[in-house]
Amino acid sequence: MTGTDNTINAKTNADGNSAKPSGNSCGSGGSHGYSAGCKVICRYAGCEYKGSYITERDGKAVVKLPSGYNIGVEYSALTPTDEAANAAPAPKKIEQNESLPKLSIISTGGTIASKIDYRTGAVTSQFEADDILRAIPDLKNIAQFSAHVPATILSENMTVDIWKTLARTIYDEIKAGTKGIIVTHGTDTLAYSAAAISFMVKTPVPIIFVGSQRSADRPSSDNVMNGMCSAAAALSDLGEVAVVMHGTTDDDYCSIHRGTRVRKMHTSRRDAFRSMNIKPLGKVDYPSLDVKLEGDAVRRGTNEVELFDSMEENVGLVYFYPGMRPEIISAFNGYKGLIIAGTGLGHTSSLCIDAIRHLIETGTTVVMTSQCLNGRVCDRVYDTGRDLLDAGIIEGEDLLPEVAFVKLMWVLGNEKDPEKIKELMKTDLRGETGRCLKNV
Amino acid sequence: MSEQNAKDATANGTKKADPKNIRVPEQDYEKIGLMAGIEIHQQLDTKEKLFCHCPTRLRDVSEKTGEIKRYLRATESEMGEIDRAAEEEMKKQNRIYTYYEFDSTCLVENDEEPPAPMNPEAFELSLIIAKMMGMTPVQQVHVMRKLVIDGSNTSGFQRTSLVALNGRIPCIEGGAGIDSLCLEEDAAQRVEGDIFSLDRLGIPLVEITTAPDLKTPQEVKEAAKYIGMLLRSTGRVKRGLGTIRQDVNISIKGGARVEIKGVQDLALIDEVVRREILRQQNLIAIRDELIKRGAKVLKEVYDVTELFRDTESSILKRAKCILAIRLQGFNGLVGREIQPGRRLGSEISDYAKKCGVGGLFHTDELPAYGVTADEVAKLRGFTGAMPEDCVILVADTKKKAQCAIGQIIKRSELSFEGVLEETRKMLEGGSTAYMRPLPGAARMYPETDVLPVNLPTEYWDNLVIPELLTAKEERFVKELGLDPALANNIAFSVRCGLFEKAVKNGIKPALAARTIYATLREIKRDGADVAKISDDAILQLLTAVEKGEAAKEAVPDILKAVAGGADVRKAMEEISPSVSTEELSGVIAKIVTERSDFVKAQGMRALGPLMGVVMQEMRGKVDGKVISNILKEEIQKVLN
Ligand SMILES: [Zn+2]
Repeated sequence: MTGTDNTINAKTNADGNSAKPSGNSCGSGGSHGYSAGCKVICRYAGCEYKGSYITERDGKAVVKLPSGYNIGVEYSALTPTDEAANAAPAPKKIEQNESLPKLSIISTGGTIASKIDYRTGAVTSQFEADDILRAIPDLKNIAQFSAHVPATILSENMTVDIWKTLARTIYDEIKAGTKGIIVTHGTDTLAYSAAAISFMVKTPVPIIFVGSQRSADRPSSDNVMNGMCSAAAALSDLGEVAVVMHGTTDDDYCSIHRGTRVRKMHTSRRDAFRSMNIKPLGKVDYPSLDVKLEGDAVRRGTNEVELFDSMEENVGLVYFYPGMRPEIISAFNGYKGLIIAGTGLGHTSSLCIDAIRHLIETGTTVVMTSQCLNGRVCDRVYDTGRDLLDAGIIEGEDLLPEVAFVKLMWVLGNEKDPEKIKELMKTDLRGETGRCLKNV
Repeated sequence: MSEQNAKDATANGTKKADPKNIRVPEQDYEKIGLMAGIEIHQQLDTKEKLFCHCPTRLRDVSEKTGEIKRYLRATESEMGEIDRAAEEEMKKQNRIYTYYEFDSTCLVENDEEPPAPMNPEAFELSLIIAKMMGMTPVQQVHVMRKLVIDGSNTSGFQRTSLVALNGRIPCIEGGAGIDSLCLEEDAAQRVEGDIFSLDRLGIPLVEITTAPDLKTPQEVKEAAKYIGMLLRSTGRVKRGLGTIRQDVNISIKGGARVEIKGVQDLALIDEVVRREILRQQNLIAIRDELIKRGAKVLKEVYDVTELFRDTESSILKRAKCILAIRLQGFNGLVGREIQPGRRLGSEISDYAKKCGVGGLFHTDELPAYGVTADEVAKLRGFTGAMPEDCVILVADTKKKAQCAIGQIIKRSELSFEGVLEETRKMLEGGSTAYMRPLPGAARMYPETDVLPVNLPTEYWDNLVIPELLTAKEERFVKELGLDPALANNIAFSVRCGLFEKAVKNGIKPALAARTIYATLREIKRDGADVAKISDDAILQLLTAVEKGEAAKEAVPDILKAVAGGADVRKAMEEISPSVSTEELSGVIAKIVTERSDFVKAQGMRALGPLMGVVMQEMRGKVDGKVISNILKEEIQKVLN
């Protein structure tokens, strides 16, 4: 295990239950002297129930009754008992098959594996290799895994620092000879991270980002299929950074999306991730795990491994809206870069243009992208666009706003010459932009 | 195979009565220590589902708008123990389930969107029902996930919450306790095999669990009937086939708690109890006999595929692999009947079927089914079976047969424990088959996507309890003077609310009751679609009759026309056009005058015959009573 130094603790589960390890009997800590899992007598409705204390909720004690149901009652209904909470069962060690190819699983905190707390019934995310192999037992039949946990965060709490740690961990694993990388990630910012790693690590092997949209504790979770398909993709002939997630609402196949062309397009569906402006790089059928790659997917071994872990953090991303006041733009004064998600072909109101010009004159690189997501920016068609070009904005071509944002961080981190910055932003580096948009 | 279905009553040529129609005799239930309780699942008639805003409407499969395909996997929860029931279902993993979508289902049913907050209408109704049974509500209600991985829930769990505890109902002498009331979502309906339709998934259900206070099969029936009546008294539960389901929990002294699922027919519920008692008694007797005989399950598995190479039995001939085990000292017991149509062999077969095999053969029923005496002798020889032993065979693919023989050994060994704690399903006639072990508390964990609901005391105190249907029935007899049978019918009818409204609006109770109960039934029998007749239409018609604007005699015809899509006003005008009193008086005066000699001769006796003449003239347009009054006056005039 490496990278545990950088571990940032995940929030507890959604119920807010912090499942503190405790084999204690009641009356030895926690709220009102009750700790999670301790045995209590609950007198309620004229009956006596032997239950377990779970947590406090809105001032009420939540108790698990023998039937398994939780109810919330006044603390006065509870009496502690001497009986100790059930001890945690020792998890079984998972045997791995050393004759199988080696894959690396790198966790950042996505809930591809989670477990139910044996005392409270609360659900917590799990990140160790054994946990993931327990959650998706069939994985151990197709590869042997080493696991790394550089961070355990909710994906909305992702930072540039964690991207750097992630990039270095991946680089080290590739150097050490892994056949492929699987990065488990929360789905909220998964596409940002996939884009960031696309720029930060040049790779000869597949780097597969995967998550689950439906929590791993549910029997219907997409974690098993996504996990299996991502392992198959990580063993495949692919040689770039990709996202592997459900292709449809059915459990039939996963799509392989390029890391710089993918976007989460639904809040909750399994097939939320979509390739934008290009077709997916391929698919992994389930349960056969047959991988099919399209001709334009970068193949294994095409590139040598290289690490570029400099990122300029002073970059912003702003979504233009009708009536936006120029002060919003001016608030980015002092930033090294700003991505604007403009309307249509890449516009803001005329009112904002002076503020943009001022920003550029004082050293901020401003790149225009489009809220349309699909299609290319072109600021040469209408007056406003021409005025924006005149003010010095860079047309972000067919870059997704988030990808342009990550790319600008990376470009500014590696290049200082304004002309070269502009050229790099418009040049295809990792398949993030293309000179010709196909009819997809 | 014999244990594949219940059709082997003719095995060995012995003709028996159809097990479906057998009625098991009563016993001394106190002596055998019967303890029974029931669980009632009732769908609520709410506007929306429990955790989404879809309507609670059942659909026809042909209306589906799409289908989705999913796998379910028992999350090997590190809860210390894997739930027994979930573990059992896990054996059947790796099958893909198909779900039908409709234009009345959404992403929540598809398990593609987090649930909405708990439906307040359903929550309120569940509390009203709890209050009617004298229960204590839970101060803070927590929604749980109950693992169900048989495919009937897209998520792999059923959302359920404990709403109230500890009540009592006066359904039997001394009353029966109500342990709990839960509010939960209904499961998807199985279309066939592994195909489910999503229209039913998410409809709110209340689950009412009685204490094990019921001491006879009759009491079980009484309790189920009472709770059904109480639920219908709310006027807000679904009615009709499949909207209410009963589970029965039964144990006897020396037996074990067994839960029988899905008793849909109330008329059979006591028979189910009697048959379960019999089953438990027989399993105990078999256990005692096995111990007395020093019987033993030998674990050696014999591959006997070759022995049946040239068999006449089509099942054995088809099979790629036939495996056998020897049960020492079991002879005669595997084939012994434990309840109508079921033997110990059926129980063993139920276990084997979990591996996907069709069933099994045992030597207690052989030779039969194309297996010859010679083959049985060879089989006995090959396995070294003595006359006191029984040999069980299973035939299928190698993988399935191996799985099944393991299950057969497991269940045969469990015969030494007598009765097992199980969930069973009801078969036609009231016997039961094994489904899975009783689920434990381990299959429940919190539904973190739904916030707990706090129940303020004032909210509970202000809930108004509806009048029980039985109380209504009594009131209808006492206060409205209805005939007791009609009072019962109208109180329990779906249109009872309409009846009460009509009476409140001044319609005579007898007229209202007769129309709403009897007339509707009659015209339904004649083929009218009475569901198409709105309460308002009936009320409008009754009001017109009461005012003399329409004839009572014309009511069935008017209702038939309304059922056929006619407007009620128009139907009244066409079938029973209103005739003004003036017009009517004129007609009657004319008839009487024309027959004044007859009237003078007959006096008031002329009323009857003249009634007929006037009625014919008016052709049902005017109520007979109105005619009779005017006619009397006119006759008086002539006589005076
Ligand atoms: Zn819905």
